[in-house]
Formats: sequence, structure tokens, C-alpha cells
Amino acid sequence: MLQDIEVSRRGFLGAGAGLVVGFHIPGIAQAQAGTSPPEVNAWVRVLPDDRVIIRIARSEMGQGTLTGLAQLVAEELECDWAKVSTEQPTPGQNLARNRVWGNFSTGGSRGIRESQDYVRKGGAAARLMLVQAAANEWKVPVAECRAARSVITHTPTGRRVTYGQVAESAGKLPVPTEVALKDPKDWTIAGKPLPRLDTKDKLTGAQVYGMDLKLPGMLNAAIKDCPVFGGKVKSFDAAAIARRPGVKKVVPVGDSAVAVVADTWWHAKTALDALPIVWDEGPHAQASSEAFAAVLKAALDAPEAVVGNSNGDARAALAAAPRKLQAVYAYPHQNHATMETMNATARWTPTRCEVWTPTQNGEAALAATAEAAGLPAAQCEVYKINLGGGFGRRGAVHDWVRQAVAIAKELPGTPVKLIWSREEDMLHGRYHPVTMCKLQAGLDAQGNLTALHMRIAGQSILAGVFPQNVQNGRDPVVFQGLNASGPEASIGYAVPHLLIDHAMRNPSVPPGFWRGVNLNQNAIYLECFLDEVAHATGQDPLAFRLKLMGQHPKHRAVLEAAAKAAGWGTPAPAGVFRGIAQTMGFGSYVAAVAEVSVSPAGELKIHRIVAATDPGHVVNPQQVAMQVEGSFVYGLSAALYGACTLKNGRIEQSNFDTYPVMRMPQMPKVETVIVPSGGFWGGVGEPTIAVAAPAVLNAIFAATGVRIRELPLREQSLKKA
Amino acid sequence: MSTLNVNGRPMSFETEPDTPLLWVLREQLGLTGTKYGCGIAQCGACTVHIDGAAVRSCILPVSAISEGQKIVTIEGLSPDGAHPVQKAWAALDVPQCGFCQSGMIMAAAALLAAKPQPTDADIDAAMSNICRCGTYNRVRAGIKQAAAAKA
Repeated sequence: MLQDIEVSRRGFLGAGAGLVVGFHIPGIAQAQAGTSPPEVNAWVRVLPDDRVIIRIARSEMGQGTLTGLAQLVAEELECDWAKVSTEQPTPGQNLARNRVWGNFSTGGSRGIRESQDYVRKGGAAARLMLVQAAANEWKVPVAECRAARSVITHTPTGRRVTYGQVAESAGKLPVPTEVALKDPKDWTIAGKPLPRLDTKDKLTGAQVYGMDLKLPGMLNAAIKDCPVFGGKVKSFDAAAIARRPGVKKVVPVGDSAVAVVADTWWHAKTALDALPIVWDEGPHAQASSEAFAAVLKAALDAPEAVVGNSNGDARAALAAAPRKLQAVYAYPHQNHATMETMNATARWTPTRCEVWTPTQNGEAALAATAEAAGLPAAQCEVYKINLGGGFGRRGAVHDWVRQAVAIAKELPGTPVKLIWSREEDMLHGRYHPVTMCKLQAGLDAQGNLTALHMRIAGQSILAGVFPQNVQNGRDPVVFQGLNASGPEASIGYAVPHLLIDHAMRNPSVPPGFWRGVNLNQNAIYLECFLDEVAHATGQDPLAFRLKLMGQHPKHRAVLEAAAKAAGWGTPAPAGVFRGIAQTMGFGSYVAAVAEVSVSPAGELKIHRIVAATDPGHVVNPQQVAMQVEGSFVYGLSAALYGACTLKNGRIEQSNFDTYPVMRMPQMPKVETVIVPSGGFWGGVGEPTIAVAAPAVLNAIFAATGVRIRELPLREQSLKKA
Repeated sequence: MSTLNVNGRPMSFETEPDTPLLWVLREQLGLTGTKYGCGIAQCGACTVHIDGAAVRSCILPVSAISEGQKIVTIEGLSPDGAHPVQKAWAALDVPQCGFCQSGMIMAAAALLAAKPQPTDADIDAAMSNICRCGTYNRVRAGIKQAAAAKA
């Protein structure tokens, strides 16, 4: 796969011309669903030389879903894995075919778990069709034929035919609707640590990301949106930069942004930097993180809140408890900081609009394109280009796509590539929401936890992104990992009197789904506070948790697996201390033990992480391990360094110098323990992030007696208490 | 018209002298394997070799490079993707999204050229590139595997 191919686009040079014009996008097996050779079914094409092309609707952004989904299809297809490559159907094709490929959305660690059933059935149906085609050719009962490694054998006679030889006739057969799937214990392709299908071009520079795209006659654009959220453009002086090299046009974008279009992006960017712009900073010009923290603090005790989980009577039990503990935690805004900044290439004519962009949700990108273009979706198309990271930024809100289309509308017929500078990317993120949490524990005389009240105060992602999904002030996503029950994100503890509620307060900073979402801070709040309670009552943090986990065997088993693999209860190396945490989210159970040391000067060293995961079924254990390792980079970058702060209405951090992230020297050794218990399908891209920070924070307490309740760590002193 | 030696060939282009090498490579010479990540020499995605040394091309004005200097980009590291670092990377499936990997590979190749058997401290010092997906441990393992293969 991923070899250079010729890409055809009907009518690229002119609407209605009926031409098929080829142009070359090197390095991309661009979607060509529906082209020859014909498909067996929507998921599978087989070429006459037996190459198998599997269609992948979800986006690959590094998380390995492309390889995992291909393994699931190939498993049921019974094809030769060595001959497998992949291609992506386009959102427009999905629309035209009544969403035959299902949901394109790639977030919430859903890629595998929410498409496994229908992609496996797609592979199995294709196999049945291929076998049927062979049986028809031989005029024998289909029951006498079997398929293995892309070869169909007529068992009684030993006659053989390859998939490629019968693919065309198979494609003419009806697609079976009733198909049986293999028991995972019989898997030979799925479940194995196979190498990724998409590595080769990432090693030679051949892989084309959205930013690398080049179309014939293309111009480049740089953009500046009002740095103050909610502000607008008052005026700009286009004449001041009109004579700069390469500048073609200066265009307002919406009422809040200005773009410069030039021959090259460097010309566009430097001209934009020189463009005099006067902003109307709007109603939030004075907003600050400091002022908003006071709002959150007040909300911790506000009488009105939405209940997410409760049993017993926590308020009464707390009032009556012989011993009480209380703490307040806070979690800041964060930028996704994908390595590749936001970008899209758009070409608009009065009758058609096309967009090439890295997106986690091609269908949402198509909807944004159609809206911005002022055209029906059927007259628009989105081509998904490789993503240089996603982490949730490229999924829900396609703000950069709307901008690119708006700019392209000013230059009908000319493709324009919009690239955000890193500074634009930092100032116009869709940030991890800001919250605080007040936790109150009631304890009996033996130190047992009898009552717990968690009051979460702060920002709702749904209110900012999908306000129609907030009903009666309730954002259910706020309670990730804290729900009473359910297969997605339930709490692992039984407390006799429990109350978890949320007082929603939304700042001017736009929120987004940030890898791990609300599980990240919820796990810090609960897991660090339980650690506090354990230490305050003289109990081992693991033993204390296990006492509360009798009704939650899966949470408990993963916690015990992590503890066992880490040697919890045995002496750590001299000067090294351990912390532990567990949670459940995105359908999976996760736990981690961190080993850290803190020097007398307060310097932290994270030596080793042991992380356990139960995702139910495992499709590729190597990919699971890579996601778990990566989760610690993302989770610990946030815990150690990550904070976007607001001052004078704008984000203060503008690049990696002021928004540092974890680098190689800080990276601990990560040991991944996969304990799949079967029977369900959980995600792996996100859940482990949530245990990264609390495991380390709890280890820091063990090492120093310092309890960190506000992040990032770099702003806290770790000198021994 | 200026000329630079890129990947063993003289390559000509026209641009302002203060244009960073990164944008000459990407926009004038069509070598998009070298990436833009930050523009301030923080992230290392733009790393190329100049006379064998790893250099961040995003802040280097093209006028600061002479015609006699040899620039190597990821596209020119090996003719067939078979540099020991590329081979080790393939064997360990290092990349995730891959966007930072051109820079990682170029930094690693320069490190191994200077220090064929680097210690962990050498790796920490030389590999300041940013990866957001989280490939650091596999990058480290890849460097060690490449070093072992060369030894």
C-alpha cells in the first residue's frame, strides 16, 4: 500500500466538463472506492494478482486503528495477510451509499470497539461470496469448498482457485446478510502483534500529510484569528503588504480573522506578520484564568448542581461522620499541540467544493465544508489526508476547514492550502476543559470510607461543542469514570453514601475533546484523594482501595495485575517510592504503578511505570503496548508541564518554548501488562492517560509527603514537606 | 537564482535570502519530508544534516549556507530506506503518526555518525525532538538497535 498512484478527479478543471483529469498525490493510497477492479463488497477489493485491498473508514492518526481494523477484516476474509493493503472511502461516497461504511468519527477510543462487529461481518461476507463464486464455477456444493490464505479449495477433488481469480464474479453475487463470526480464540491474524501496515513511508519522508499536499495551481494561505476569544477584526491595511513578494490577496475570514494568500506559505506567513490589524477585542477582553478560578472556587459550594452519581445520603453521612477529610484539586486548560498544525486545502467553484484535510471525522469535515461552501453536501467532497496527530483536536469542530473554504471562495477555481502557524494553533485550540473538584470523605472509627462527596466545578465540553446534547444543564460526559455502572466509564468503588455532582461554569476559552477527555482529571481527583484518605488513616493505598472494590471485579483484577507486576508490597530500590491508581474509561479497565524519586532539591525522576489494561479483546498486542506507552507521554506531559492560561482574554502560551511537553530524557521505562478478560470490546488509545498522573502524584507523596493538588507540577515545589 | 547541494545534487531556486532553509526545501525544492512543527527550533521536526551535523532548518536563513556545504534531508538519507536507523525503526515499528519521525531519524543518524555507540546520556542530549504520540522509548531502542547493527 501507500505506493504512488494516479488519482483521478472528475471535473477537476471545470464544473460539468465531464473530464477525467489525473493528478498525482505521491505517497497516498487515496480513496478510490468504486473504481476498477470492482469490489467484492463495500469492505473488500481483490485484484486479479490476489492483492487484497481493505477499506478503512476510521482515520489513522498514529493510533494503529488502520492496521487493527484490517486485521479484523482479514481474519474473517481468510486472506493472505502478506497481500493486504488498505484504502479509505471518502465521506462523499459514504453519503452517496447510504453510509455503507458506518461512522467515520475517530475519537473516544472507538475505532476498533465500535466498528469491530460490522467490519468483521464485512470480511466474512466477502469470504462467503468468494467461496460461492468458486463453487458456482466448479458447479459443486458450496459446503464442499473451503477458504484459507486467499485460496479456495474444493475438498473432494483438491481443485484450487485463488481469490483474485473469482473476485470479479464474486462481486456480482448478492451480499449475504447472515454471517457467522469466528470465536476470537480461533483467530490467526487478529490478536497477533503484527507490524503496522503504514510504517514504511514514515521512514523515508514519502508519507504525505495534509501540510505537504501540493495541487496544480495551488496557492498558500496563512491566517490570524482575533487572539481574544469572542473578538473581531475592526480593520486591516491590506495595502501595507500588497507589494510584498508573492502576495496575491488579503481576505477577511468571517468577522474575526484575516488571511493572506500568496504563492508560498512562507510568503503568506511573513506578509501576515507584517499586516497591520486592529482588533475589536469584544466582551472577554479582560478575561483571565485567575478571575475564572475564583468563579470555580465559588461553584465548589454552590447550592445548585447536577447529580451524576449518588447512593445513600452522602450529605447526612458526612455531617454525622466521626472523622472527615477534605481537599480541593484543580486541573488547567491544555492545548492538544498535535505535531502537525491545523491545515486544509480547499477548492471552491459555484457548483462544487472539495477539501483535502487531516481529519478524525471525514463526515463532520464534509458537513463543515458544505455549510461553509453554501452548497449541498452532495456537491462537496472531503479527501482525508494523513494526520500528524489528532488527540481529539481534529474531530468535532472543523474550524480550520471552514476557514479554508471561506478563503477558497474568494479565489474560485483555485486550490488554496491553509496552514496554521504554531502560534495560531496554540492561541486557537479547543482546549481541555478547566475544572476544580472539592472532595469530602466521611470515615468511621476504623478508618473505613463511609461517605464521599465529589463536587466538580467547571467547564462542560458538550456545552461548547454540542450544546444540543446538554439537557437540563446536564453534561453526562463530565462524569466520565465516575458513573454508577455501565460498559463505558464506571466507578470502581462502592461507598455506602456517595454523591458526585457538577456545577457547570463555562469560561470564554472554547473547550474540546482532548485525548482522555474528562477521565483525565476525574481520575486525578478521585485516585489522589483516596490516596490521601489511605495515608491519613494509616492504610496501604492498595489495600485501602481493594476493600472498596468487592463489587467491581474487573477494576479490581486490573489493579491487582499492575500491583503484582510492579512488586507492590516488596521493597522498591533505595530512594524510590511507588504510587498507584486505577480507573475505567472508553470501555477498558486500566491501572498503573509509578516509581519515582525526588532529590533533596525537589527534582523529580520517574524511573518506571507498570501499566495494566483489560480491553476485553485485544486485536494487536503490540499496538496496545504502543498506545499505553504513548499515553504516558501525553498524560505526563500534561501533569508535568501542561497549562494554557488566559490573560487579557487571550492564551499566554504561544509555542513549545512557553508550552513545554515531555521529551526523551523525562520519559520513564513503561512496562505494559495486558490482561484481556474477553467478552467485551474496550478502547486503548485514551484510558491509560488518566492513570499516568495520579500514579506519579501518589508516588511523589510517598517520596516527599508533598500532596500535589494543582497542576502542572513544574509550578509546584517538591521539596520534602 | 541560488544553488545548494541537496541530497548529493545541485538544486537551484529563487527566494529571498532570509527564507529559512525549511521553506526552501518544502516549497521550492518539493522535499516535504522535512516538517514544520514550531518555527523556533524547539521541536526538531525540521532536522536535516548539513555536512553531517543535525541542524534545525526552520530558523536557518538559506543565505547562511554556502554552495559547497552538503545538505541531506530524509529523502536523501539512503537511496532505498535502508540506513541502519531506518531499518531499526522498521523492525521496531517506531512511528505512530510519523510526523516527527523524519526529524527523529535525522537526529539519530547524526548522533550515530558522531558516536557509533551512544550511551543513554548521549541519546538524551542529542535527541531533544518532540513527539506527541509517545514514541520516545521505541526511538531509544531503535538507536541502540541501529548501533548494534553497525558495530
